Amino acid sequence: MHFAGWLEVVKAFDSVFLTGFLVTLQISVLSLALALIAGLVSGVASVAPWRAPRTLTRLYVEFFQNTPLLLQLFFIFYGLPYLGVKIDPFWATVLSLAIYTGAYVSEVVRAGIGSVSRGQFEAGYAQGFTYLGLMRHVILPQMLQVILPPLTNQCINLVKNSAVAMIVGAGDLFYQIDNWQAQNFLTNHAYITAAFLYLLLTLPLALLATRMERRLVVRLQGGSAP
Amino acid sequence: MIFFEGFAPLLTWEAVRFLGNGFWLTLRMAVAVILLSLVLGVLLGVARHSGHWIWSRLATLYIETIRNLPMLLVMLFVRLRTGKIFVSFGFAAPVFWATVAGMTAFVCSVTAEIVRGGLNSVDKGQWDAALSQGLSRTQTMWHIVLPQALRRMIPPLTSQLVTVVKDTSYAWVLGLEEMTGAAVIFFTKYQNPLQTFFAVACVYFSVNYLISLFARRLEKRLAARTY
Repeated sequence: MHFAGWLEVVKAFDSVFLTGFLVTLQISVLSLALALIAGLVSGVASVAPWRAPRTLTRLYVEFFQNTPLLLQLFFIFYGLPYLGVKIDPFWATVLSLAIYTGAYVSEVVRAGIGSVSRGQFEAGYAQGFTYLGLMRHVILPQMLQVILPPLTNQCINLVKNSAVAMIVGAGDLFYQIDNWQAQNFLTNHAYITAAFLYLLLTLPLALLATRMERRLVVRLQGGSAP
Repeated sequence: MIFFEGFAPLLTWEAVRFLGNGFWLTLRMAVAVILLSLVLGVLLGVARHSGHWIWSRLATLYIETIRNLPMLLVMLFVRLRTGKIFVSFGFAAPVFWATVAGMTAFVCSVTAEIVRGGLNSVDKGQWDAALSQGLSRTQTMWHIVLPQALRRMIPPLTSQLVTVVKDTSYAWVLGLEEMTGAAVIFFTKYQNPLQTFFAVACVYFSVNYLISLFARRLEKRLAARTY
């Protein structure tokens, strides 16, 4: 790994690395927002007192968790044009990441609702809350602390999974650096720099998740947080 | 309906053979990766758990770095760097093994964390008891603690197997015609992406659902045993 290569990295930092990094960031933030909405709706529906939403969410979660993300992306990217819907690589990636991660968020939300004691539901219904009102005002606020660590982990997975964008050519970080190293053969330099940029996003989230988990364990065991 | 006509090419012997070959490659890759990364994961996990001044730190560095990177990045890097090595060592399928090596490099960092979780779940009294019987620390680890930890690792390991089966689809990027890659080639010939991808998704789903069912069963059976 020669030194001159790092000079090339610095020279191309703006046009290759930073550009890609920002696209990766955009994809991650947009699909995270969509995934949270999809997961919240699906998670609340998965414990609804009616059978239809429960079955539908079960199908959604099981099917999308048990098939590859890449296949779902290909389905959207190659398939939708055959239905007359034109979609560009960027939005195809955002959409497939949102649907895929939404299935995992849904399970996190479901587990969170399960963690709230049964009495809260009964007390809520006794006060005249509807199912959705109960969720919104009583259950969701109480479970937030429990679901934040697993949600952060899902967020990390989403950032990592956003690398699929390179396969359909959405111009994300991985796509940019792989093209760059194919032109100048600075493979090590390109990949190591990209790794640092990815870690810049994922490591702080990983540390945050561990910290929140530790604090939660302390609280659930009855002690006070340090 | 035009939509259902798209399924017709999938019902031919050619389709079954072509996509079936991809499926077989997917399965072989998944099994190779999970077995190799289990071996490496045990080594890494034990090293991290040991608290040894250098091995523990090196293992932690590797695990935390690789685990937080996109798998595709690790895979492609290893593939680019080791392709020639597998050729010069005379491997019959250098691309296959380079891809397996790339996936293993990532997956072993995840299995290492599963191993560590398993080791932490073993009661500390087991260590005290074994050490007081005159066993060395190494003997205690390999003969007393690790066997008990392995049993508790089976449920998270099976869900890791599901992830590995799904992630083998990335091998298509490295030029292997596993099931997803075979589906892409197949649909370009017959112009039926929706139907082909749906059919292939059903195959992935069946395999992974069977693994999950098996895992749930195993979990129940193991929970019943208290030792």
